[in-house]
Amino acid sequence: MPAVEARGFGWRHAGRSAWAIRGLDLVVEQGERVLLLGPSGAGKSTLLLALAGLLDTSGGGEREGELVVRAETGIVFQDPETQLVMGRAGDDVAFGLENRCVPTAEIWPRVHAALAAVGFPYPGERRTDALSGGEKQRLAIAGVIALAPSLLLLDEPTASLDPDGAADVRALIADLAASRERTLVLVEHRLAEVLPLVDRVVVIEPGGGVVADGAPADVFAREGARLAERGVWVPGPPPAAPERGGATGRTLARAEALAFRYPGSPVWALDAVDAELREGEAVAITGANGSGKSTLALLIAGLLRPGRGKASLDGDDAWALPARRLVTRVGSVFQDPEHQFVAGRVLDELTVGPRRAGRSSGEARALAASLLERLRLAHLAEANPFTLSGGEQRRLSVATALATAPPLLVLDEPTFGQDRRTYGELLRLLAAHRDGGGAVTFATHDRDLVAGFADRTITLAGGRAA
Amino acid sequence: MRLLVPLVPDPAAPLGSVHPLAKIGAALVVMLALFLTVDLVTSSIVLAGIAAAVPLSGLDPRALGRRLVPLAVGAAGIGVFNTLFGTSPSVQNGAAIALRLVGIALSGVVMVATIDPTDLADALVQHLRAPPRFVVGALAAFRLFPLFSREWDMLGLARRARGIEADRTFVDRLAAFPGRALGLLVAAIRRATRLALAMDARGFGSRDRRTLARPRAITRADWSFLAAAILLAALATATSLALGTYRPLIAF
Repeated sequence: MPAVEARGFGWRHAGRSAWAIRGLDLVVEQGERVLLLGPSGAGKSTLLLALAGLLDTSGGGEREGELVVRAETGIVFQDPETQLVMGRAGDDVAFGLENRCVPTAEIWPRVHAALAAVGFPYPGERRTDALSGGEKQRLAIAGVIALAPSLLLLDEPTASLDPDGAADVRALIADLAASRERTLVLVEHRLAEVLPLVDRVVVIEPGGGVVADGAPADVFAREGARLAERGVWVPGPPPAAPERGGATGRTLARAEALAFRYPGSPVWALDAVDAELREGEAVAITGANGSGKSTLALLIAGLLRPGRGKASLDGDDAWALPARRLVTRVGSVFQDPEHQFVAGRVLDELTVGPRRAGRSSGEARALAASLLERLRLAHLAEANPFTLSGGEQRRLSVATALATAPPLLVLDEPTFGQDRRTYGELLRLLAAHRDGGGAVTFATHDRDLVAGFADRTITLAGGRAA
Repeated sequence: MRLLVPLVPDPAAPLGSVHPLAKIGAALVVMLALFLTVDLVTSSIVLAGIAAAVPLSGLDPRALGRRLVPLAVGAAGIGVFNTLFGTSPSVQNGAAIALRLVGIALSGVVMVATIDPTDLADALVQHLRAPPRFVVGALAAFRLFPLFSREWDMLGLARRARGIEADRTFVDRLAAFPGRALGLLVAAIRRATRLALAMDARGFGSRDRRTLARPRAITRADWSFLAAAILLAALATATSLALGTYRPLIAF
């Protein structure tokens, strides 16, 4: 008997007019290892929730067709922060067992077996808030496999992790996939590392059901070009930026012996770092988690007050600049676009900066309209920024930074979690800014982005230039 | 917002192994003793007793001190006010009122800080028959609080990046507050929804009952701890009565 059988299955979320999934026919046999692919918004996560039995029509969602799951399911999500329930690692693994009314005497042996199975490196007493992202994700996986699911669903389990954490969790998934006692359905953006772990690739389209299905090599040989165009990550090199157009010009930003310590922390997050950013160049800031990448970016952008040293923009102290002048010197793009949204409509979001910087409302509106056109957001002008998709939010956050025409752009993990299409668009935008005589600097873990775009790299380790 | 970040005690400290319900009982007893009277003797003895318990709590004294600064300032203000304008203005009365406030607050802070939320949730379910769905749900939400503190800081930085000062002056803060609070609310709802989904996926709330991974009996040591608190309260009250300094809040 197959583990999963879907016939004409569809799901529409409450309050939406479009179907997230429709007309889906899919059979997954016991022990199969399936990679689920599709462009942003194709309903991959929705399908996993459906398989896990977590879509509930009582909330107003609508369901059609047939979906039979003959397995005990377990699901691992992307964000490790919102999967852990308890303060101690062991308690967290025990949580699901308590819910299933497993007798107390059986709980701890099963907790320890699950922790051992994922190679959790600490005792069960370990505080969960002291774990790194990769360790948290390992723990979340332990909490799921303690319940002995026969169908394991993984929804981009490495997307929120730094490269080391991601490699760590991928190795664990490889271990779990090696024994065929579980059926595995995996959603993952970065393909090179996960393709060896699966036997089958299934591609779905927004509201369109399965569009490609088969062995990985066959699917990519047949459909690779079309999939890449639709935004699906396919094996091979990522989009690269056009070659640099001009030469470098004058210095836009300078960091001198810059140091910063977060309130209440005994250690300097950043110490004695010098840097210089010139017109016409793209500079990557790299380093492991906690090396001070984001801190350096925030200091250069005048958003944090240096503990020691100085960050200047065009010769002026960056921290001393009032916000309305700061935005004409530097545009900042945060890792989470939602942090920087301040208006109720996409259009207003783009006029805020120019208005603050002293433009008339007519000028601001004209500027916003041209930006919306350029970033393919015009059809969303009236929408609430919080309701946009991940890729749209990313484009909008870059647009807000560009709206005040600053010479310098500072971005934190700009490509994080983006599909191939948004990635390519982002690169073109940033390259255009650079070639127009601006400077771009970005803190990132993304090695492809560094290789494909950066003219120079500032590498940090433990808060110092490495 | 930094006040949302919990104080973390050393788990190996003597107070760490005391049953949470015993700690709550002990704190209530000393609070009651302080509540019933406004005099220097009772307040001083109880406060000395609580201060003696602080090293056993495993809390970092400096972190605790920082947390108590606003409290101490407030209490001192109220003390000075009562010294000057109280119903019977005197330095002694002012000091008694201030000490009493510090004592009540300090016992509360030490109690809250040394009780592990998970232990408390288990105790409430096991001994007080609290509904697990509610208690464990609240426990999970509690874990998100430190994240909100970070999120709040980030929302402030992001506002400056958009041309809106959010942290420079009091007026900036006030003006930026509604939008920033809305941003935090949106982030909180998104996180809470994801967490609820992850909990559902692990069977939370699918049955009326759940078992407990660490059921915990109330031991003799727990009763002794409660007894020590009762003794402290009784000793302070008796000393004050014997010295004739006792000034009950409600005269019978």
